[in-house]
Amino acid sequence: MAHSFPEQVLKHLFSFLASDKERNSVSLVCKSWYEIERRCRKSVFIGNCYSVSPEIMIKRFPEVRSVTLKGKPHFADFNLVPEGWGAYVEPWIIAMSRSYPLLEEIRLKRMVVSDESLELISTSFDNFKVLVLLSCEGFTTDGLAAIAANCRNLRELDLGESEVEDLSSDWLSHFPDSCTSLVSLNISCLGPEISFSDLERLIAHSPNLKTLRLSQAVPLEKLPDLLCHASQLVEFGTGAYSSEVRSDIFSNLEEAFSGCKRLEGLSGFWDVEAAYLPAIYPVCSRLTSLNLSYATIQSPDLDKLISQCHNLQRLWVLDYIEDTGLQALAASCKNLEELRVFPSDPFLPEPNVILTEQGLVAVSEGCPKLQTVLYFCRQMTNAALVTIARNRPNMIRFRLCVIEPRAPDYLTLEPLDAGFGAIVEQCKELRRLSLSGLLTDRVFEYIGTHAKKLEMLSIAFAGDSDMGLHHVLSGCESLRKLEIRDCPFGDEALLANAAKLETMRSLWMSSCSVSFGACKLLAQKLPKLNVEVIDEMGPPDMRPESSPVDKLYIYRTVAGPRFDMPGFVWTLNEDAKH
Amino acid sequence: MSSERAKSTNHLRETDNSGLNYETELTLGLPGESRKQISGTKRRTSDVTELSLGSSNNCKDDHSKNEISTGRAKPLAKTQVVGWPPVRSSRKNVIEKCKYVKVAVDGAPYLRKVDLEMYDSYLKLLNALQKLFTNCLTICNFQSESKLMDLTNGVEYVPTYEDKDGDWMLVGDVPWKMFVDTCKRIRLMKSSEAVGLAPRTPVKSSSTS
Repeated sequence: MAHSFPEQVLKHLFSFLASDKERNSVSLVCKSWYEIERRCRKSVFIGNCYSVSPEIMIKRFPEVRSVTLKGKPHFADFNLVPEGWGAYVEPWIIAMSRSYPLLEEIRLKRMVVSDESLELISTSFDNFKVLVLLSCEGFTTDGLAAIAANCRNLRELDLGESEVEDLSSDWLSHFPDSCTSLVSLNISCLGPEISFSDLERLIAHSPNLKTLRLSQAVPLEKLPDLLCHASQLVEFGTGAYSSEVRSDIFSNLEEAFSGCKRLEGLSGFWDVEAAYLPAIYPVCSRLTSLNLSYATIQSPDLDKLISQCHNLQRLWVLDYIEDTGLQALAASCKNLEELRVFPSDPFLPEPNVILTEQGLVAVSEGCPKLQTVLYFCRQMTNAALVTIARNRPNMIRFRLCVIEPRAPDYLTLEPLDAGFGAIVEQCKELRRLSLSGLLTDRVFEYIGTHAKKLEMLSIAFAGDSDMGLHHVLSGCESLRKLEIRDCPFGDEALLANAAKLETMRSLWMSSCSVSFGACKLLAQKLPKLNVEVIDEMGPPDMRPESSPVDKLYIYRTVAGPRFDMPGFVWTLNEDAKH
Repeated sequence: MSSERAKSTNHLRETDNSGLNYETELTLGLPGESRKQISGTKRRTSDVTELSLGSSNNCKDDHSKNEISTGRAKPLAKTQVVGWPPVRSSRKNVIEKCKYVKVAVDGAPYLRKVDLEMYDSYLKLLNALQKLFTNCLTICNFQSESKLMDLTNGVEYVPTYEDKDGDWMLVGDVPWKMFVDTCKRIRLMKSSEAVGLAPRTPVKSSSTS
């Protein structure tokens, strides 16, 4: 064996490797590099908490300081994954409390977190700094009190869009006055009660605070009091942005915002009283990120606001912006990289706003850096999509939701195959795509042929036959996550492409036509997959093998079948005793 | 595969007179049936197949777009397909007031959620619960109390709820609006177990009408 660098040198070299991908590559070079790398890896990302066990992680990486775990499949956000499905963080916390005393950071997404877990976190890691809980659930403000009380060096507490049970509003008082390390606090998901004085005190003794996102409970009139202690903020989320219209409140608010010279991002804006919007005009020109997705404001107030934000890179907004507002956006915000337009009232029979394909086309024309789009609308045409594709070949994430399932091109009444086909053909760097509207197998042929960098694909109410699924599984080389609902995809494509599933993180299929028999077969052929059937009707083996399963979740794993499943989830695995 | 689609569009659509075209992920969780059933009653196969396809109903073809609005709190025109459009529940609250509470039925494996703001009376809520938890729960008005019964096995369920104070109460005691405000979650409890709850006309100070 040729001489190799001494371990110290390699360790030092590896410390420059930022991404997990790079570290993973390096660990494949040879055994000694694997060994050196694993002993000095500080940060682990686990995209599916069931793909590996805590014990395996700890055994391989003994020096970890930061762990990121994701639990439930993405469709859980839309109530497609029943309560009790799983994704419990507790076994991870218990294992890490024993083996990672120096752990500093825990980031979780879509996991179930109990108060006991939070308490354990707060007492097990002396140097604990960062807790991020995105779309999590299962805990209460009591758990948060433990974190506040015990984590002496807490830098970041981000509750994302979690569901937290509010047992008491005084959990904030558990932060000792001596805790001055807070840099980021996001409590925007919390409920209607909060102790304002505790909040104020906390902010006052947090001179390093850069990000503060308040809950709706914090009234507008109190914002100046908070902001005067936190004029160094870079990201700020308001509470409810309305109050009785009074000039003294307005001028205090305006002054407070003016004092925040470093402010780059704003969010919150529940319940907006339009008269108070001009209070933020002083900061608009500096803003790079603006989240108005809860703000029920319309033109002209909305347009006036946005037209002042020339440096905007990211805008989240409701469809009240309408096509006209998007045209104005396209004209004033040339640095725009990300646009999300959410529906204000998707269940109305008639559109309540004039937001059509034209708005998106305008932005694609006017904003050369646009690369991330999430757009809910009620009508679309192939021509518009072709134009968007031609304008923005730099698109990376494109999620379009035409609200009516299977809606065709409203002008030609054709499927939207050609439009999405243009997107995947032109946008060669496309990594994420969500489809909607009327789509035949043809669109999947385009996707399989062109979308070579596509990593995540979401499909609903689309396709005609198994060929559709086959095109995707056989063509999309970079595919990691595939989620499908209400499509006529069955056994053939899945079985023909079984091996593909081991190269992906996960596959979700609900309300499709995959039979129980095919699931069993897949599980037999590919022991490194967990094939989980979610079915409320009772054990699937009580029905004929040809019956379709209701929901299917398949993921690769080195941890074997899990044993924390509720009564309506069955793992089809020869070893699983269920 | 087009026959699959035809099947699903021909499917049972649970329109009821109140315009509550309420589709939820699955229609069945027969109450009273234990979760980990190893040997047990076989489900009627044809029903099962039909319903599991039917649960993927979408409303395009034969669903009429004639809205039936019957004095609901929120006009609901289209059939609400579960999880569509893909908007998180925290965002659904934007325009209309929305109050989702979890509903559990003793013996059924799934929890459901209902939006209390969609109804303006107890009867409408019970109707919705009846729909949610299968065709075999029927409302019985028994001695002027509203109960739900599983007709297949005669098991009676009493709707109960947990209020803001954490107490479990019988549904129906307080004025509707107060109920909506204070209800945290609902549980359809088997009658036999609902004995310890606050009596029908409670003397609690919190329930002053």
